[in-house]
Amino acid sequence: MTYQDPTGKLSEKLLDRAAPDRAAFEDLVIVPLFAVVVALILGALTMLATNVDLATIGKSYVALLNGSVGSLNAISETLTAAAPLTLAGLGLALGFRAGLFNIGAEGQILVGGMATVIVGFSFPGMPAAIHLPLALLAGAVAGGLYASIAGWLRAATGAHEVISTIMLNLISYRLIDYMLRLPFIQREGRADPVSKSVLESAELPRLLSFIDPNLRVHAGIFLMFAAVAAVYWLLFRTRLGFEFRTSGESPDAARYAGMRAGLLIVLVMGLAGALAGLAGANQVLGVLGRATPGFSAGIGFDAISVALLGRSHPIGVLLAGLLFGALEAGGRQMQVDAGVSIDLIGIIQALIIVFIAAPLLVRALFPWGFSKLTKTSKE
Amino acid sequence: MTSPADIAAAAPQRLGKGRQRQARISGAVLLGLAALVALVFAQDVAGEATFRLSRPTDPLALPDLVVPALPFSYAAAAVLAFLGVRQFLRGGVRWTSLSLGFGLFLAVAAFLVWATAGKSFSLTGMLQATVVRAVPIALGGLAGVLSERVAVVNIAIEGMLLAGAFTGALIGSLMGGLGGLAAAVAIGGLFGFILAALVVTYRVDQIIAGVVINLFVLGVTSYVSSQVYQEYRFLNNAPVFRPVKIPFLGDLPVVGPVLFNQNVFVYGAIVMVAVATYYLFYTRMGLRARSVGEHPRAADTLGINVYRTRYVNVTIAGMVAGFGGAWFTLGSVGRFDEGMTGGRGYIGLAAMIFGRWHPVGALMAALVFGFADAMQQKLALLNTPIPSEFLAMSPYIATIIVVAGLIGRSRPPAADGQPYAKE
Repeated sequence: MTYQDPTGKLSEKLLDRAAPDRAAFEDLVIVPLFAVVVALILGALTMLATNVDLATIGKSYVALLNGSVGSLNAISETLTAAAPLTLAGLGLALGFRAGLFNIGAEGQILVGGMATVIVGFSFPGMPAAIHLPLALLAGAVAGGLYASIAGWLRAATGAHEVISTIMLNLISYRLIDYMLRLPFIQREGRADPVSKSVLESAELPRLLSFIDPNLRVHAGIFLMFAAVAAVYWLLFRTRLGFEFRTSGESPDAARYAGMRAGLLIVLVMGLAGALAGLAGANQVLGVLGRATPGFSAGIGFDAISVALLGRSHPIGVLLAGLLFGALEAGGRQMQVDAGVSIDLIGIIQALIIVFIAAPLLVRALFPWGFSKLTKTSKE
Repeated sequence: MTSPADIAAAAPQRLGKGRQRQARISGAVLLGLAALVALVFAQDVAGEATFRLSRPTDPLALPDLVVPALPFSYAAAAVLAFLGVRQFLRGGVRWTSLSLGFGLFLAVAAFLVWATAGKSFSLTGMLQATVVRAVPIALGGLAGVLSERVAVVNIAIEGMLLAGAFTGALIGSLMGGLGGLAAAVAIGGLFGFILAALVVTYRVDQIIAGVVINLFVLGVTSYVSSQVYQEYRFLNNAPVFRPVKIPFLGDLPVVGPVLFNQNVFVYGAIVMVAVATYYLFYTRMGLRARSVGEHPRAADTLGINVYRTRYVNVTIAGMVAGFGGAWFTLGSVGRFDEGMTGGRGYIGLAAMIFGRWHPVGALMAALVFGFADAMQQKLALLNTPIPSEFLAMSPYIATIIVVAGLIGRSRPPAADGQPYAKE
């Protein structure tokens, strides 16, 4: 308890009734804003501590801004980076809503992407109108099945999904290494583990190549927006979504209401895995064109942050995904322009999340940013 | 977000059904293992497997252990099949875990015999590697036990291990091994304190707080190693603690090299597990800590300071994890690489659950994981027809089987994962 306001309870209630917007506004706008600003300041301090001079720090933040929204190319890069983060983040958000902490998006991305690649290079001559959806479907199904292993284990034996998904991640790395050396997957004439390339008929088409062939933004962003809408509809407009949310918020109530907990767990994990699998498909069909060891590149772990940052709400996840995509794209520019390692972005991301997850901490650090009598915590 | 505690709280009602299902699943696993041993390991196997127990130069040398491969495989398959069928016929509730554990042991033994058939293999060397590799997992698990016993879920172990490894290398390069070790312990404690502050005072969701610490530590250590270590290599060149042989005990066959000729981390881990067991279960402080984990409201009513207890225990847990983290640099290679803990902290969590939230249990579980790790490494030398990727997967698959098979019998502290707000 940081706020010991003697009249707190009463005035809180009154204030809530009189001006509900103020408190909501502070939680939704001021806290994230403070979080981003403070994270950037602390990032600058980190650079100072590692002997980076002030001019370079300024230059790196200018590059961060330029590389994320400063030009058409920058925006294209931001959207390209945001799509898989948002897709996988939506899956994790579904899990969080249902009370499941799925750390396995990384493995699901790998398995889904791998299935997509196999379909993507296997059917020469197939028209794109069939081939592309088929490849996407393969990714979703493979990711979904892989994730439902953890769901089934949880439902059938009670094995905690945190552990089983972590183990499935570790297993998937080895599995991909193994598969990439199978003769029918490995590219001909290569000794290193690289898959064959996805055929053109399965690629997600680039959207702006008529302006500049280097613009990488591709049709995957439609997939991203469609998934946001679909998850929103599923969570808040359907009975299944209601059951997900109920079993997350109150497992007891869900059980007494006759919801089948085991089935729900498997379904949620399957859907989450399908979305992560789509994220993997999005990467291999839109950006990479083939699979290599570890092509997921940590997207599955960043997606956890995206889902947490977006408070497991589809719109929030979209915004968080765009923010992280911008940081990613800007971070690459920063590394090129100012010579500051992109790992700095990881620090900034962690700081943003901690401040957003701890509104109490932000309020304690910046009391002047908030009205005194609002609720100290909405939880 | 649901915590494991909610599920555990709901467990008693469906215990009967759940247990039976578990017994059946373990039965199926045992039968599967029997089939595996009979159909894979007992085929095209010939000759004898020779396990070396000591080096010829040892003062007390033991003869080699020689196992005829084919009879052993069939015997193992028969015992496994018997155990599996028994699970189905008797409902097997009473001995499920024991049968499963023994079954896995037999399957591993059959696998080793199959892989070694016609060759020879140093069993002592592998056991020694087992102990060494179990150290960070055991310390991670112990850190988990210490914080979860006061109802703070500690996902941040991975980050604390990494922070300990990094600080150990950095300060170790500047001030020598002992300084590095002390700094690693201190930094682990610092992150433990931060976790406690986030979770207890600022009531951040415990899992989010843990994930954040992991992300932050990964970010900082990767940033510094790519930004600074590239340029100043002398900052990442720490001395390594050498094994210290304990007089007399170190000369015993098998046990000597495995347990009594190791470095400070192995001895430290064993001592810490013993001290933690004594602290948690035989002292007044430990009783208080456990009561905070089981029923914080009651503990508070009795005058125990719940917040302070959580702060102290989680900080100590961080220090233990920091010590474990130093193993990666000061205990083995002397230099830090990005993300070098490679998920050991999470495996430590699995060890904690497998070990039923008990320090000794966590140590035993860590030895199992260490064994799998060491086996995978040593078997690469034996040239088995199994692709090395599948060998590398085996510890993780074993972890899943173990967690799925045993979780019903292990119970987390009742308040685990729940924040406590003083009224």
